[in-house]
Amino acid sequence: MKVTLFTTCIVDFMAMNVGKATVELLEGLGHEIDYPTNQTCCGQPMYNTGYVEKTKGTIKHFIETFEHAEVIVSPSGSCVSFVKEYPHILADDKVWKERAEKVASKTYELSQFLIDVININEISAKLPGKAVYHSNCHTARFLKVKEQPLQLLSKVEGLELVDFHNSDKCCGFGGTFSVKMGDISAEVADEKARYIQEANPDYLIGADFACLMNIGGRLSRIGSNIKVMHIAEVLNSK
Amino acid sequence: MGIKINDQSFKKNLKKNLNDDFMRAAMVKAQDLINKNRANVLSQLGDGNYQEWQKLSGEVRAHAIENLDFYLNQFAENVVKNGGNVFFAKDAKEASQYITNLAIEKGVKKVVKAKSMVTEEIGINHDLIDAGVDVKETDLAEYILQLDDWNPPSHMVVPSLHLNKTQIRDVFAKNGYSGKDIPEDLAAFARAQLRNEFVTADMGIYGCNFAIAESGAITLISNEGNIDLCTSAPELQVAVMGMERILATYEDADICISLLARNAVGAKNTSYTTFVNGITEEGAADGAKEFHVVIVDNGRSKVLKSQFKEVLQCMRCAACLNICPIYRQVGGHSYNSIYSGPLGVVLTPLLAGYDDFEELPYMCSLCGACTEVCPSNIKLHSLIHEHKRVLAEDKKASTFWGAGMTGAGMVFSRPWMYKLGTGVAPLMTKPFMVDGKIKRGVSVLKGWTDKRDMPALEKVRFRDWYTSRSKGGNK
Ligand code: SF4
Repeated sequence: MKVTLFTTCIVDFMAMNVGKATVELLEGLGHEIDYPTNQTCCGQPMYNTGYVEKTKGTIKHFIETFEHAEVIVSPSGSCVSFVKEYPHILADDKVWKERAEKVASKTYELSQFLIDVININEISAKLPGKAVYHSNCHTARFLKVKEQPLQLLSKVEGLELVDFHNSDKCCGFGGTFSVKMGDISAEVADEKARYIQEANPDYLIGADFACLMNIGGRLSRIGSNIKVMHIAEVLNSK
Repeated sequence: MGIKINDQSFKKNLKKNLNDDFMRAAMVKAQDLINKNRANVLSQLGDGNYQEWQKLSGEVRAHAIENLDFYLNQFAENVVKNGGNVFFAKDAKEASQYITNLAIEKGVKKVVKAKSMVTEEIGINHDLIDAGVDVKETDLAEYILQLDDWNPPSHMVVPSLHLNKTQIRDVFAKNGYSGKDIPEDLAAFARAQLRNEFVTADMGIYGCNFAIAESGAITLISNEGNIDLCTSAPELQVAVMGMERILATYEDADICISLLARNAVGAKNTSYTTFVNGITEEGAADGAKEFHVVIVDNGRSKVLKSQFKEVLQCMRCAACLNICPIYRQVGGHSYNSIYSGPLGVVLTPLLAGYDDFEELPYMCSLCGACTEVCPSNIKLHSLIHEHKRVLAEDKKASTFWGAGMTGAGMVFSRPWMYKLGTGVAPLMTKPFMVDGKIKRGVSVLKGWTDKRDMPALEKVRFRDWYTSRSKGGNK
């Protein structure tokens, strides 16, 4: 299948490896990658800060950039759940709303794509060690993608997945929340990091780089050795 | 007191609470315990059934709000039929004045009061005290807070969550307690003190969990039994209700009561569910001889006409506080409002205006946990987002963020600007780098970097890697 990739802005300039792993993983599974180089951001940071009107230009740019696609896949459940909001945000304009609906209906988070669309049974990944999975709020709660990442991770050779206290709770990122209310956000991230440490894993895995950056930022500050990995990187490990 | 609980700036208030290690540990413990119990009791409803119940109670509440004028009229007529009086108060002042005047007119010397959010909202205590009436809070937690120089409540269901038993012992010592900080002993002391108050009070004041339109009954749901003493001992009684607390029928109440206790404290039911039906029969040993219901608007009809209408469905179970990751860290007093947590974030600015509370809508990471748990099926996170929109777009609250977001909007809708901007960004973050990470920050980044490292921006962006690779370059 020809897969059109939306890597997200944050992966583009802060986590090149996540994008790279996504490409290699999908190509390894025999898919052709289409990467529109005009892509920027889904618009979520502006929207969530309250600037709905100012977000519309970005949303329309996204639609124009991606509407040619057969499927759109992204390594960020949060951004995908926001793309699903587009029709609602552009509801006032019939034409744009329809274009938004088409784009939204063919956009998938990476693990959702792998399990729900192409139904893969096997993954030839190998990563020895113990891991915890941080379930990102927008992916799990809004996009309702909870089981797919866990299913995929259970297929990774050598990887032992363990739970940790309050694993389904927010890590405190929340986009601009983490800078606007930076001190509260840091306390939430601190608690998350503590519970992760209590489980004593080798890896912290997530399906959204932003949350990983937030929790990882705290782990790094307290000198933890836990390696932070995006699920695409895990599934691409050999 | 009213809705606002102190005059400190939002930032100062927040800082104080973030430094209160005891309070914060108590919040974490309480949230975990209540949520464990809640999950347990909800799982007994059977797989997936809770969502059905939630939908149903949401519908029941929405129906009542949708037809509020009809049901309020029906309710008021029935209260009068039952021998009671109804007063519609347009604001807090009118409500409080009505009750205070009543107390003065009837020569009331002492009032026993049961915990209720709306009586906090209208600030009745201080008005009564100013009028020379002795007021006794009878809910154990509220009694503690009253003795602690009217320390404001920090939770809708567990108002003194922020105090520990030693602090409570010290508060009681002011009133003659000389025992240890053993919870049972403290409760026994409070009970002994309060028993006498009930029998000597001239007036009882309580809230209303639900008002049943079809019968004119006030429903009270409690655990301590103090409310039932307020509804039985004094001959003059006043129920105060927010005008949205209405339900059409007993059947509707059944659904809501079933979810209220489960969500509030993780119990199937509370110890007492009482229906007060106006004045008592001639010759009965207890109950009200004179009964008043004060129905408080105080901004609610404005909410009813707004895009925030859904929030009136709230049944004040506090499940949203108990699940909120922000409330967990900062505690109830940080919201500077008697209504804290996600419900407070939505409701407070609506009832008390944005001027004092414009920071509140940002006390939310939009994680959606509150929406997931709410038994009234309120999309809390969407309403919080709507507040952010109103502040950003209609009120133009922050020019700093507005300018930032205008810039972001321009960059993200113009690929050439995006490519240029992300290309030079690593250079701009250089001054904040230590050991390959962003560890220092000014302005907006400070809150982040005080306790977290931020990864450095990539020198080679993903797009650069991809483009050079597709041209046959590095892999
Ligand atoms: S908003 Fe919902 S969860 Fe929060 S207190 Fe009200 S009913 Fe309970």
